[in-house]
Amino acid sequence: MEAQKDTNLATRPEETSGRVVSIKKQGTVSNTKRIDRSFRQIRAENVFRRTLVIVALSMVVLVLGIMLTLIWQSTLSIRSSGVGYLWGKVWDPVRDIYGAYPYILGTLLTSFLALVISIPFSFAVGVFLGEYYPKGWMSDLLKNTVELIAAVPSVIYGFWALAVLVPIVRDFETKIGVEPVGLGIFSSSLILAVMVIPYAASLGRSMIQMVPANLKEAAYSLGATRWEVIRFVIFPYTRSGLFAGILLSLGRALGETMAVTMVIGNTSLIPKNIFSPGNTMASVIANEFTEADHPVYLSALIELGLVLFLVTVVINMIGKKMISRFTND
Amino acid sequence: MKILKCIAFSALAISGSMFMASCGGSGNGSNGDNVSNAASGDNNNILGAGSTFDNPLFSKMFSEYNKINGLKVNYQSIGSGGGIQQLTAKTVDFGASDAPLNGKQDSALSGPAIHIPVTAGAVVVTYNLPGIKDTLLMTPDVLAKIFLGKITKWNDPAIQAINQGVKLPATGIVVSHRSDGSGTTNIFTTYLTKVNKDWEAGPGKGSSVNWPVGLGGKGNEGVAGSVKQTPGGIGYVELAYAIQNAMSFAKMQNKAGKFITPNIASVTAAANIEIPADAKVSLTNTEAADGYPISGLSWVIIYKEQKYGDRNSDKVTKMVKLLQWMVHEGQQYSAPLNYAPLSEKAVSIADAQLKSITFDGKPVLQ
Repeated sequence: MEAQKDTNLATRPEETSGRVVSIKKQGTVSNTKRIDRSFRQIRAENVFRRTLVIVALSMVVLVLGIMLTLIWQSTLSIRSSGVGYLWGKVWDPVRDIYGAYPYILGTLLTSFLALVISIPFSFAVGVFLGEYYPKGWMSDLLKNTVELIAAVPSVIYGFWALAVLVPIVRDFETKIGVEPVGLGIFSSSLILAVMVIPYAASLGRSMIQMVPANLKEAAYSLGATRWEVIRFVIFPYTRSGLFAGILLSLGRALGETMAVTMVIGNTSLIPKNIFSPGNTMASVIANEFTEADHPVYLSALIELGLVLFLVTVVINMIGKKMISRFTND
Repeated sequence: MKILKCIAFSALAISGSMFMASCGGSGNGSNGDNVSNAASGDNNNILGAGSTFDNPLFSKMFSEYNKINGLKVNYQSIGSGGGIQQLTAKTVDFGASDAPLNGKQDSALSGPAIHIPVTAGAVVVTYNLPGIKDTLLMTPDVLAKIFLGKITKWNDPAIQAINQGVKLPATGIVVSHRSDGSGTTNIFTTYLTKVNKDWEAGPGKGSSVNWPVGLGGKGNEGVAGSVKQTPGGIGYVELAYAIQNAMSFAKMQNKAGKFITPNIASVTAAANIEIPADAKVSLTNTEAADGYPISGLSWVIIYKEQKYGDRNSDKVTKMVKLLQWMVHEGQQYSAPLNYAPLSEKAVSIADAQLKSITFDGKPVLQ
């Protein structure tokens, strides 16, 4: 059947031209109309395709443009601080000494810690919604609630963390015997974890729902338990999708500014442990940009933006590599 | 293929032009470019930008002035540094700042600028010591040592010595400071730089400094929040904010040796000193005997020669009249909003500065 269809498609152009020829015999008026129309169609096709290409390419241009702007605007700082900017431990705007190390460390610590905290939750939600309860009011409620988490503005999370989470963390810190500050990397990671759950969870859910039923049924027919099906059929099948969800969460955590800056303690000292206050690149930029009153200072902040941009790009590239490796297995 | 080539070329052209644009704008930074380029145009519209500290007072003053004279003032509180950059780029008619122009900023301007004092504010030291009802006394030396991290317990002998009769707890001191660059930080660190050699050699003064200890909070509310939540906390906030939120704040010892409660009267008193003709003076560690030592003026900064771009004399006259009104009649709106009115000496300097404004070489005010 399919082969026949293919030949049909292949012979179509001839057929069309044949029809054109037959129309030609009927009269010149309808003939030109017909040709006009097919020309118009071809032109519309081309215009549409060109628009698509231009719009798609403009995204590439935009990203390149942003990167070039960041590089250009930070040349002043790159020239004055050199490569030492990346591991310099002092950030002193008064004396024009700029070292981004504490902020790079703070950004990576909060993001990865948040990721570690969020993974069990996002996987659990993904499996529950994708496998156990794909339908029903319970699943709708949970699905909408999780999606709502992504829709709440980050300043609200920051506010809630400051009012509710920080005192709880402070009590916890008193109990385990570290300096009871409350504000710090641990608090920011907790709130970040909450904020990134929906990204991995909803991608995980749709991935798990896409696992072919016959695979699962085959496993069940061989006597596999539900856990075994999840462990040996669903997880291997959805591995790259789950990983992509985690990557999405990480991207979100790296760039989050408002909620983090409200609870991280904003100090340029190097954090001693995960309960110490710290600072992230995004929050330093947000805090200090408005009052950066001399050119080198402003340029150093823009360079911080460039570093954040590059960190995100590198982490994304590593992630892509890992996804393709998982899929190849 | 041809189409693809064409597209690739145009993409290159677009990215190229973006690059060029970014080069062009890099000279004065792009901080707050959202302020539209409307410094010229309608004569009844004045555009200003700068200090966030001034914003509540300015809003009140401008709305009152609008009722009298129908002049519209669009003030964008983007921060003092941003205001100065906008003035440098000539996208606003006036800038407002809590700190006078520094050398670099001054040389970036295309012509001489003048500072007109418009109001005064103060920074208070707030603390959280549950169970202590007396107002704490604070000396400059102890304050600097706390913020340097050298005094770490509330019952340190140095604090106890100036607060005889107060039973101070053995709680650790948790320092809070502003995380965002701010005029408040500038006044506070300028004061510490003046009164303490170690501070001068260490963090120094500026709108953001490298704090040796402590937590950063965003804005007055951020610092106030972290002080309120942390037993043993200490921080600094604007006087107006502390009064509005009924926070406890310390009495500071001034240069004359007196312990002064920060309030509107003692801040105005701090400005009752000899002010230089260019009005660029820091009131911190004031000589005035009953002045609160961590005070500062806030200025409107404009070009001395107002004929630039396509400005006309009508608009300039309206703006100068507005500034004159702010320095005189407008001062009645200060106290209700917890700003300190200008002292007599500050007003007379402001008047002299206003008279020096010229349009095409001729003074604007007769």
